[in-house]
Amino acid sequence: MAWEPRLIVIACHWCTYAGADLAGSLRYSYPPTVHIVRVPCSGRVEPEFIAEALRRGADGVFIGGCHFGDCHYKEGNYKAIRRFKLLKRSLTDLGIQPERVQLEWISGSEGKRFAEAMTEFDAKIRELGPNPMKGGA
Amino acid sequence: MSKPKLAYYLAGGCGGCDIAVVDLSEALIDVALAVDIVFWAPTVADVKYKDLEAMPDGSIDVGLISGNVRNSEHEHIAKVLRNKCKVLIAFGICAACGGIKGLVNLHTTEELLDKAYVNTFSTDNPNKELPQTTCVVDGKYELTLPTLMYAKPLDEVVKVDYYIGGCPPHYEHVKAAFTALLSGQLPPPGSWITMGKAVCEVCGRNPVLKGKPKRFATEVKRTIDGAPSEDGCLLEEGYLCLGPVTQGDCGSKCPAANIPCRGCGGPIPGVKDYSLRAISSIASMFDNEDLIDQIPDPVHLFYRYTLPSSFPYKRLKS
Ligand code: SF4
Ligand code: SF4
Ligand code: SF4
Ligand code: FES
Repeated sequence: MAWEPRLIVIACHWCTYAGADLAGSLRYSYPPTVHIVRVPCSGRVEPEFIAEALRRGADGVFIGGCHFGDCHYKEGNYKAIRRFKLLKRSLTDLGIQPERVQLEWISGSEGKRFAEAMTEFDAKIRELGPNPMKGGA
Repeated sequence: MSKPKLAYYLAGGCGGCDIAVVDLSEALIDVALAVDIVFWAPTVADVKYKDLEAMPDGSIDVGLISGNVRNSEHEHIAKVLRNKCKVLIAFGICAACGGIKGLVNLHTTEELLDKAYVNTFSTDNPNKELPQTTCVVDGKYELTLPTLMYAKPLDEVVKVDYYIGGCPPHYEHVKAAFTALLSGQLPPPGSWITMGKAVCEVCGRNPVLKGKPKRFATEVKRTIDGAPSEDGCLLEEGYLCLGPVTQGDCGSKCPAANIPCRGCGGPIPGVKDYSLRAISSIASMFDNEDLIDQIPDPVHLFYRYTLPSSFPYKRLKS
């Protein structure tokens, strides 16, 4: 069977998750390879979550949070970006292609942007091919 | 009652953990009187592998293994000891999490052999001879060497009952651990033998212990940049101290000597992946995300003692 990417999208309940909802009600289409996990805030996303997804064979992990100034818990997204940048630098040095993990701010009113971001992410991961950790590397 | 039997094995380690036990000196005399050392290879006692293999299963009360599992011999003896010992302990951060020697996982075996036997400045090896796992001497004696593998923490090859952090474990910690062992006052199996506090919680530089708030760091410094204050928090001053996520059984020895904690104590309770948690915790203590880009060489900092037990365990070929 041809390889189809498996993408994990960890979405903040207050913004990106609402954006995904909006994309649905406005009938914007985005790839079925996307699997959304809802979290209360992007600040809830520990590097362990991203690692666990990759370890279990996800081909890409996308984190969606509120724009700066919009985080429901004030500074969750500021925390998220600091952690994410440091994690991404470390994983890149360890041979994981940086494009496999992404962080973006998508609000509840950006249904179109959500659909576009998912389409771009799916295309990027198809270009990279399967997660090299698959098959116990 | 007969004395408890003790076995000690140095796998892929440096011998420093052996010294940490020997360092107990006077205290060790009590320990030595209290226990019967049936195996201590390859450093202290002359007992052959075949003698160990001949001991009945479950006949040794406590086995300590230091060093990571780096070749087929380590793996074999670890499995033998698991069968012979009632309680098996990963002693020191190499056995518990891979240790500093686990950084070999940043390279392939080929790269490492090439560096060690061919490409070093002082090496003269024009035929590029590398160690072989078997060779025949005088046409009749077959000699073998173990096969190298990626470094693994002990619990990847056998079930481990207790973990003790440190590179090597601090004197007071070893003493407390032996006392706990000999008196049978042990935590539930699978746990670390630790006082359960982070380095920060026992650090004389911690502002919170002095009733002051903890501030974000506003710059990134290497240890060679300037000098830290007398008693301020190193992390607040920009030095990359891993005290917040590291077990403090050493009594916060490095910050007391103006050196940031590098994490040899192992993860504080509740943390499975030390390196990822360290990344998360240190990143959150900096004032803004631009500072994150200035942290030099994150892998050698956050994975220094724990690469084989932290995601992704080794460098992937990309
Ligand atoms: S933990 Fe440190 S002292 Fe112990 S064997 Fe490993 S490198 Fe040596
Ligand atoms: S971060 Fe380091 S210097 Fe600061 S309180 Fe913790 S252990 Fe001490
Ligand atoms: S301060 Fe940190 S690096 Fe230093 S001995 Fe203690 S745990 Fe190890
Ligand atoms: S609530 Fe959306 S990022 Fe914090």
